[in-house]
Formats: sequence, structure tokens, C-alpha cells
Amino acid sequence: MTLLDLAGVSFAYGGGKTILQNIDLSIQAGSNLGIVGESGSGKTTLLKLLLGLERVSAGTVSFRDQSLNTGNRSFMRGFRRSVQAVFQDPYSSLDPRQRVFDIIAEPLRSLKIETDIANAVADALRDVDLPGDAARRYPHEFSGGQRQRIAIARAIVAKPDIIIADEVVSALDLSTRTRIIDLMRTLSSRMTFIVVSHDIALVALLCEQLVVLEKGLIVEKGVTRDLLVRPAHPYTQKLLASMPRMPRAG
Amino acid sequence: MSTLLSVDKLEIRTPGRTLVSDISFSIAAGERIGLIGESGSGKSLTALAVLGLLPEAMRVGGSILLDGHQVIGARDRDLVPLRGASIAAVFQEPMTALDPLMRIGHQVGEVVRRRATRDGTACGREEVSQRVLALLERVALPEAHRIARAFPHEISGGQRQRAAIAMALACRPKLLIADEPTTALDVTTQMEILKLLEGLVRHEAMGLLFISHDLPVVASVATRALVMRHGRLIEEGPVATLFDQPSHPYTKSLVAAARAFDTALEMAP
Repeated sequence: MTLLDLAGVSFAYGGGKTILQNIDLSIQAGSNLGIVGESGSGKTTLLKLLLGLERVSAGTVSFRDQSLNTGNRSFMRGFRRSVQAVFQDPYSSLDPRQRVFDIIAEPLRSLKIETDIANAVADALRDVDLPGDAARRYPHEFSGGQRQRIAIARAIVAKPDIIIADEVVSALDLSTRTRIIDLMRTLSSRMTFIVVSHDIALVALLCEQLVVLEKGLIVEKGVTRDLLVRPAHPYTQKLLASMPRMPRAG
Repeated sequence: MSTLLSVDKLEIRTPGRTLVSDISFSIAAGERIGLIGESGSGKSLTALAVLGLLPEAMRVGGSILLDGHQVIGARDRDLVPLRGASIAAVFQEPMTALDPLMRIGHQVGEVVRRRATRDGTACGREEVSQRVLALLERVALPEAHRIARAFPHEISGGQRQRAAIAMALACRPKLLIADEPTTALDVTTQMEILKLLEGLVRHEAMGLLFISHDLPVVASVATRALVMRHGRLIEEGPVATLFDQPSHPYTKSLVAAARAFDTALEMAP
């Protein structure tokens, strides 16, 4: 089932420079998609389009075969419930004045989802392996990795179909990074991830499908394994060759 | 080879807490050492201590002998000539090393001039600008003339880091400290900067203390590595041995995590 679909999408800011050109993408339920690109590739803009935060200059974005209509409030509410996001910086993405309970409950309240909020928050905390009493505390009491878990709990509380993860582990230490990746893997049995990152290894760990973005164009896309084994485009080859590797054992 | 840096039982404390304790290691002339640690491990504090740049509120114990000079307890007046001649540093964010209001060529030129004055061979304006262009070319900046006239915000992050490296090179230091110099860069740029650094340091026979949380990055520039955790040195050895047969459980976990990323690249899910 196609959840999100971009067809012939282009984007330019205020008639200025073209940021994205002719993007065709489709996100299938149950198949995680990785979007890899470096600075200036347009991946942040693509993410905004996927979240419905910017409007395309050309082409269409559709959600469950319906064109994204930012004017239709009930449609957008359903869209927001289904598509949630987690961002890179665990320090700036959580409101420091709110208790964790209210941070996690926020999507339920703003989307007016009829449910037992206390239970939903408790479930979400359990899903991200945080203790129940975390709900009463404030973000500053948590480490970077724990804050990212709180951000993930907020993203999953409304039981979305898609989570867009934008460089979610880039700011974390290696050992914390590994644990968050494990958590995302566990969660991906229940929802589909779109992983946006400059790190092709992270994407390889989490995603079945891969898209390589360079200067606003998709230069290569396909099944992650095939793409890693036989990268066709010179830029994909360069990206792979640039990944620092561990010295060979032995 | 002669010892360039010798750190013995280094301890760094604030009034309430010990941040770094019992750190001992040495770097020989021309040796390339990696210092591995996660956030809060004390790796950057150790580097700042070697540079004599710790905040005054911190108490420092032990000994740091840099090029024959004791750094701990030394007056800043005595440390200033040491920085530049014996030691120079490159940090994660090149913008912090560059003056945003000064053209790149001018900034590199200032270091060239100071180094020349210190050597007692004051050089004229033409000579300085020649050397600046040579340095910019040395760090593989394209169109050295254009970059020399550019302000920091007019060039890319990778180019800024190259400019910062050019400034460090202009000092002709015996030891270069590089603290996460590629963490803020794109992977393709990172690879270029790592190759550049490794080549320059080897060619100039400089010592290198390369600080990073990233194991494969350390492996690409260093021959020996130290692992720090919670302010202590927990393991050290040649990179090949350390990454192949780590003995401390913490090092083992870091190596396993790094290898998982490598494996992912070779064999996707």
C-alpha cells in the first residue's frame, strides 16, 4: 500500500533558485525509505514537503492516494496523525518548560484524538524503554539519548503510519546511537520510517529502500542492498568510498 | 625519536568535582596519536590542558612537558611563544578560529608574519602574500587568489576548515592538535580533509594528537590510540591491535558498534 507519493515534484523558494527538481518517490507501508544527501542536496526541503510544511512549486504530493490539501482541515488532521517526525537536536526539540507527560501528550491534544491520554503516554514511554516516572520530570533532567527517546515517544503516541526521522542519531555518542537504532528497528515492525541522513551506513542499517539526493536531484534509487553492492551513479560511488571504515581485522 | 609531549598523572578538577584523573601518555616527534572518547570523557579538556587553555577556575595537577617546557603552572606570557612554535590547534567549528570580518588571506598572513618575526626574519608584504598563497595551495584550496580575498562566510565549511589548517601550518608547529576537525563536515569533504591532514602531518614530520569519538576516522590518521572514559585513560595501543583485539569491555563495545556500521555498508538488511 502506498502511503505517501511524490510525483514530478519541484520546489523553488519564492521564484528563486530551484531546490528540488522532478522528484518521484513513493513510500510503501512496511518498507523503510532512506534519503541520503549532503549539505545543499535539498534533503531538508524534501522533508518539509513530506511533512506538508511547504507547498510544491510543481508536481503533486499525495497521501493514501489523495492529493495533499492544506486547506482541508479534517484531511490535514488525519495526515498529521499519520505522519510524525523526530528531529536531530534532542535539546531544542523538547519544550523545556513542559513536563515529559505533556510533551508526549501534545499530539493527542492538538489533533483532538479521543483516547485515554494517561494510558497512551504510559504505553509510549514503555515502547521507548523509559521508566513510567519519567512522565513527571522535565527534559533537562535527561541525557541526549533519553531526550531522543522522549521525542520518539511523542512521535509514536498517536500511532502514526509514518515516522520521518531527520538525522536523529547524528548528535548522539556512538554507544547511544546504537541503542536508538535498535529502538527504531523494533518500532519499524509497527510503522514505516523515512530516515533522512548524510550517513549512508545508518540508512543501510534501517532501510530497505534508498534514495540518493545530490543538488536537488535524485541521482539513484532502489533496493538498499543492490545500491550498496552495485552503486551505478558516480556520486553514490563517491559517497560510499568516502565512508571511513574500520581497519580490516586480522 | 625524541619525546615531544609528555603528560604525566594529569588531573583536572573543579572545586566540586574531578573531571580528569591519572592521565599519562607521550607523543614522540612525528608520531600520530588518536584520542578516542565520547562526550564527557575528558578528551577535549586534556587537549586544552596541553595547550594551557583551561579555564582559570579549574585546578590542574601532574605534569605536561611540551617540547621541554612545563605547561602546568606556567604564566600565559611564557606559553604564548610555545603556542605557534611548538603547538597549534584545529577545532571542530572552523568559524571559531576565523575572524568573520577579515579576509582569509589577511588572517593566514598575520600568522605568517608573526612566525617570521619570531624567527628573526621579518618579511615584507610581497613575501607574506607569496607564502599565504603557497599555504592555501598546500591545503588544496582551489583558486588560492580568490579564496585569499574572500571573507569566511563566502566560502564553504570544508574550505573554511582548510583555511584553519593553513593557519595552523603557517605556525610550523612540532605538534598539531586536531579536536574533532571533521565532525561538522559532509562525509565526502571529511574524507578529503582527513587525507589532507594525514599527508601534511606525515610530510612535515609533525606530531599529531587527533581527538574524535569516531573510530574509523581515528584509524585513518593515527597509528596509535588512547581511549578515555569518565576522565580516565582506560586503554591504549597501536590502532591495528586496539581495534582488532580490544581488551577493555568499553573499548570492545565501541569497536563492535563501529563494525556494525561497516557491516551494514557491505550487507544491507
